[in-house]
Amino acid sequence: MNIDLFITCLNDALFPQTGLATARLLRRLGHTVHFNEAQTCCGQMHFNTGYQKEALPLIRKFVNDFRDSEVIVAPSGSCVAFVRDLYPRAAEWAGDDGLLQEVTELGKRTYELSEFLVRVLGVEDVGAYYPHRVTYHPTCHAARLLRVGDAPLKLLRKVRGLTLIELPASDQCCGFGGTFSVKNPETSTAMLADKVQNVLGTGAELCTAGDNSCLMHIGGGLSRLQSGAGVVHLAEILASTESMGAGNSETIGAMQVSAEALL
Amino acid sequence: MSAGGIRPPRPFPDAARETLQDTQMRRNLKHATTTIREKRLRAVAELPDWEEIRTRGAALKDVALADLAEHLLMLEASVKRRGGQVHWARDGKEARRIVADLAAAHGAKEIIKVKSISSDEIELNAELEARGIHAVETDLAELIVQLAGDTPSHILVPAIHKNRAEIRELFRRELGADLPTDEPKVLAEAARLYLREKFLTTKVAVSGANFAIAATGTVCIVESEGNGRMCLTLPDVLISVMGIEKVLPEWADIAPFMQLLPRSSTAERMNPYTSFWSGVTPGDGPQEFHLVLLDNGRTDVLADKVGRETLRCIRCSACLNVCPVYERAGGHAYGSVYPGPIGAILTPQLLQLEDDNANSLPWASSLCGACYDACPVKINIPEILIYLRGQITPHKTPNAESIAMKTAAWIFNEPFRFEGALKLARIGQGPLVQHGAIHALPGLLGGWTSSRNLPAFPAKSFRELWREEGQHG
Amino acid sequence: MGNEARLEILTRINRATAAGERPQVERTAVPASVRPHAEIVAQFAEYAAEYRAEVHRVSEAELAALLTKLLAAQNVLVPEGFPAQVLLQLTPRKPQATHADLAAYDAVLTTCAVAIAETGTVVLDHGPGQGRRALTLIPDRHICVVRSEQVVESVPQAVAALQAAVEAGRPLTWISGPSATSDIELSRVEGVHGPRRLEIVLVE
Repeated sequence: MNIDLFITCLNDALFPQTGLATARLLRRLGHTVHFNEAQTCCGQMHFNTGYQKEALPLIRKFVNDFRDSEVIVAPSGSCVAFVRDLYPRAAEWAGDDGLLQEVTELGKRTYELSEFLVRVLGVEDVGAYYPHRVTYHPTCHAARLLRVGDAPLKLLRKVRGLTLIELPASDQCCGFGGTFSVKNPETSTAMLADKVQNVLGTGAELCTAGDNSCLMHIGGGLSRLQSGAGVVHLAEILASTESMGAGNSETIGAMQVSAEALL
Repeated sequence: MSAGGIRPPRPFPDAARETLQDTQMRRNLKHATTTIREKRLRAVAELPDWEEIRTRGAALKDVALADLAEHLLMLEASVKRRGGQVHWARDGKEARRIVADLAAAHGAKEIIKVKSISSDEIELNAELEARGIHAVETDLAELIVQLAGDTPSHILVPAIHKNRAEIRELFRRELGADLPTDEPKVLAEAARLYLREKFLTTKVAVSGANFAIAATGTVCIVESEGNGRMCLTLPDVLISVMGIEKVLPEWADIAPFMQLLPRSSTAERMNPYTSFWSGVTPGDGPQEFHLVLLDNGRTDVLADKVGRETLRCIRCSACLNVCPVYERAGGHAYGSVYPGPIGAILTPQLLQLEDDNANSLPWASSLCGACYDACPVKINIPEILIYLRGQITPHKTPNAESIAMKTAAWIFNEPFRFEGALKLARIGQGPLVQHGAIHALPGLLGGWTSSRNLPAFPAKSFRELWREEGQHG
Repeated sequence: MGNEARLEILTRINRATAAGERPQVERTAVPASVRPHAEIVAQFAEYAAEYRAEVHRVSEAELAALLTKLLAAQNVLVPEGFPAQVLLQLTPRKPQATHADLAAYDAVLTTCAVAIAETGTVVLDHGPGQGRRALTLIPDRHICVVRSEQVVESVPQAVAALQAAVEAGRPLTWISGPSATSDIELSRVEGVHGPRRLEIVLVE
């Protein structure tokens, strides 16, 4: 399959190792991976914060950048949910019927990584090896908008060496919410406190999820507390293999960056 | 005073900063909401066609709203045919004057009230007090709020922020009740004894309305304690204040709502008591009935194609109970009788998006979507929150945030600007980075770094790494 | 003032709704139950009991004896229209009382209009045998006779069955267990203002 990476601006700027891991994983599964360098940001931050006039050009740009893609895959539930669920609303609210038609079509070809692997490719065992104690946080947009369900858990259960520990109250929001954490930092922190407490209660070394935005939030809290626990994106777990652990130090290094940037 | 109105005295973040410090409230709310969440899931799981019932409830509300004028005229005619009287109130002031005039005309010094958020919305109790009429709240939670001189913090359970020990103290002090323990049973008994005499002797009662049926002129009150039945049955005069969005066209339309509401609100298969009455029933109950139809901003909500969905709300409070923001900040942080997710969309709209404090409410959400999942009439609260943010933002005066957002949009519109900005950021962050992370930031992001570290920009962006190696690896 | 407000609100509504789509909803007849009726009746008994109603299941022949036993030594109110043959062994009082007088009764004995299995609810339409609303509100104990053929499975079926009563202008009281409140810490406790004991006599 010809897969276009929708890397998302956050991953591009702050978490490049997640993007590399996604590409490596999809290639290992036998697919061709493209990255159109024209892409920047899907417009979610602007749209959800109230700057909808400013978001529209970014939405139109996204449509242009990905018009010819066969399938679009992103290591982010939130950005995919925005494209799939809110692009049509944005077009409707702007009264742009042409755009509505285009984004509806585009939405059908846009997938979050874990749902793409499990529901489209039909793969659960991606041949990964990751010898760590890990707990999984289902991010809100992946869970409630995309309904990825247990797709990430199915993938994690097949990772060799990995001990998966259930996260209590996992369905509770971590309190990130984009600019929510900036505009209502106290309430956001109160939500984060419970999430961090639940993560630490599992005794896991790492908390994983399909969104670096939420992980940045949870990891930022774990880091401030010097808790000794960190975060890692699901794509990076799935991309790592035993041979890499032995020979390819760059990959393991990339994962440590993810934990270390936050620790 | 149990009247709170809908005008928040301050913006949500300021109010929440304070309420978050209330450890007792935090513990009480956490206990109550986590208990009810599990119960609701069980109650909902019992009906295999729950999703279809939700869809039907939403569709029936949409049908009712699409021809609202027609249904209200029909309701008016039906109620009059059954011997009731109908009044129309454009705003809260008009509504409370109608009610107070009616009470005064009967020489009432005291009236009894069934819990009614619409009466709290219009601040009825204050108006009555000003005219020498004391309103006795008969719902246990409303009574607690009234005796404490507090304001409601939850749609269904206005005193949810108080625990049994606090209520025991309050009843001891205010009712002089002798309470051997703080068991809810004992507390409820104290309220029963206090209110019994009021029910048997008071001549005028005021209620809200959960639903009204246009075709038959039937009004409905859903309740638990029996205080509603007392107020609706024993007095000579009944005045019901009803938001215009509560009307349903036909009797059969009530069916899905009697399935949706109890399971969503108290997580019961059915609430203990529901009363339906049509105008005046000769020889049974109040022989004088007034229905006050309240607009108070609802027609503005109706006029907004996206916002209109808000008027489907049946005030079950499921969205409050599942909301992580509500659970922590509590109802008072919203500064309105409509707190929680539904309040965050309803309150600013009822105020025509012209109240600055209310306009902070659509941002009082992480957009986690739990409210939409729980809503029995499928109000897409997260989407409406986003929509309202988009309606409010362009009217704000330019500030640091708007400048940053506009600049960001300009940068994102061209990949070369984006790449350039990342390079600049790496240089700019230099002095802020310690051990690969940022611990304190000035300005807009200061709130973030007050409790969390922020990752520093890595040496290379994805697009740089991709160019160098990613596309081959 | 009144008419002015009415006109303004209606005008505002018409302006708000003039342009929009007209959503439709199908109003079809409520489907009949597919489950055996005995199962539905059993579910009603179970669910009513779960909400702390005291449920007695009797045959027609046992009814009078049970009621006599339940109401022994009690000051019982019986609304007009209650089936006479059941009352032979009781000494009913006429319900012509004021509200204060009603408080002197220990119990009220009624029939019902319909009962709902899905929720354990009895519905009064205050027709014969059920009395005006105050009668089943003020006495502290309510004994309600439900005949098995009155039990429907679902809320929509009950709503359909009550259509005629509502159209006739009768009030309805839906009762699910004794008076209760969840107002303190959202935990349900029985016994506030309505009757603190609800007994359902299910005649099969």
